[in-house]
Amino acid sequence: MTALINLVYLISVSLFIVGLQRLSSPKTASSGNLTAALGMGLGVLIALFAPMESGDDNYLIIMGALVLGGGIGLVVAGKVLMTKMPEMVSLFNGLGGACALLISIAELLNFHDSGTFELAPYLTTLLALLIGSIAFTGSLVAYGKLSGNIKDSWKLPRANMINMILLLTLIAASVYQLQVLDTMDLVYIIMILSLIYGITFVLNVGGADMPVIISILNALTGVSAALAGIIYDNMIMLMGGILVGSSGAILTLLMCRAMNRSLFNVLAGGFGGTSSGAVQVGNQMVKEVNIMDASIMLRYSTNVVIVPGYGMAVAQAQKICKELEDLLEEVEVNVRYAIHPVAGRMPGHMNVLLAEADVDYSKLLDLEDANKFLKDTDVTIVVGANDVVNPSALDDPGSPIYGMPILEILRGKHVIVLKRGMSSGYSGIENPLFFHEKTSMLFGDAKKSLNSLLDELKTIV
Amino acid sequence: MNLIIEILTHHLTILFALIMAIFLGFELISKVPTVLHTPLMSGANAISGVVIIGAIILVRSSGSEDYISLGLGSLAILLGTINVVGGHAVTNRMLQMFRKK
Repeated sequence: MTALINLVYLISVSLFIVGLQRLSSPKTASSGNLTAALGMGLGVLIALFAPMESGDDNYLIIMGALVLGGGIGLVVAGKVLMTKMPEMVSLFNGLGGACALLISIAELLNFHDSGTFELAPYLTTLLALLIGSIAFTGSLVAYGKLSGNIKDSWKLPRANMINMILLLTLIAASVYQLQVLDTMDLVYIIMILSLIYGITFVLNVGGADMPVIISILNALTGVSAALAGIIYDNMIMLMGGILVGSSGAILTLLMCRAMNRSLFNVLAGGFGGTSSGAVQVGNQMVKEVNIMDASIMLRYSTNVVIVPGYGMAVAQAQKICKELEDLLEEVEVNVRYAIHPVAGRMPGHMNVLLAEADVDYSKLLDLEDANKFLKDTDVTIVVGANDVVNPSALDDPGSPIYGMPILEILRGKHVIVLKRGMSSGYSGIENPLFFHEKTSMLFGDAKKSLNSLLDELKTIV
Repeated sequence: MNLIIEILTHHLTILFALIMAIFLGFELISKVPTVLHTPLMSGANAISGVVIIGAIILVRSSGSEDYISLGLGSLAILLGTINVVGGHAVTNRMLQMFRKK
């Protein structure tokens, strides 16, 4: 029996690994997800039916919770809009953290009830509690910020100091608890402090830095799952957790690199306030373009690049972009999409939205390929992107985003920026692109502007 | 110090597994292209729901009178299952869109 259980465990872990491996290509990704889900299903089955040394099984409660949770999960997953994906992922992530938090508390209570325990499992459980709690409240705050329920302007004064003090107190309290181990009192305090730390550490991070924060929180939940795996000596939990932890860590690094900033700088809520070094653009004039001229420019181009940003998601303009692409491709204009790694609110956000609108993924260019393609581009349309196309990053050492790799759209011949008004981007940094001689502005709601462009184009193709 | 000695003597296998898993994870994930970062993240998110296995073991090993463990455990199963099922389902929805081509 034990041999059989161990075999199924091995299969289950292998399925996770194969699943993640298959996620590395768009063609096999879908089956990769299902493979991982199958591994998960097997793991749950063993957990349900492997013989236990003690306990009353309590199957009724377990089944109830599984069915209810599964039902809620399916309904929510079926309903959510693709533009709301960052919120959804944050929320789910928080639930995973909460799960780790709950079982750690229960296990610590059991340790204290039984009175005999080793230090190593106790430490592991305490860490799982700490990290699970941070991931839980952190994800909820991220969810709140992304859904707009928590305003970006709600910031803590002296947040860095508060965070540092909280973190040090947490470490000190944990070390002390390991020395004395007498009651649960300090454990509850550690839990509450971790929950507070989760809030304070996400609250001050700017909206444009959300891709980094979501990745970190993802990694934290993975680590807490892996720690819980050590508690139960369970390889599936350990492997699953570590794989998730690695994926979160890698994405965090990639996102930081894409912004040319250190993790510390992102967490400290850098950006914003420091705009004093930015170019003075106060009384420069912008050039506007009308729909007719814009559509003629597009019609007689060879290569057109669309640069989507969070504004495209807000305006729900991805389907119109695809219609524009189709119309232009009919008259043999090449259309590509240039996607910056941090465009949107989570890694790969724009790719998913465009895939939803049926855009072929071979037309989605990453930073490097896009910058090569931009040299031969006649017209670039910026749809709701700002900081990722800000030329200050290249040539203004005083700018807060100096050194960040950007989409160098000024390499092309013309730029059309779709924009609601002249407000600066999420980071509050002025963008000299708007005043450049190659740039024309098309003011208004992105979706409406694209619709008018589409109608106008239909009359001339 | 005692802690370190204890971990090294009693939990060596799991430490090996831990280190291998970290390298494997980095190796696997760094191959995922930018296009798939959102599904990767939501798929990984679903996988982090493996903690429900711990929650299930917790509830099964508790006595039927141990209301605290049962309460905490069943809530953990509920939340974890939403994460696992919802996560895989939403990832599947996204990846269907990539597969059409």
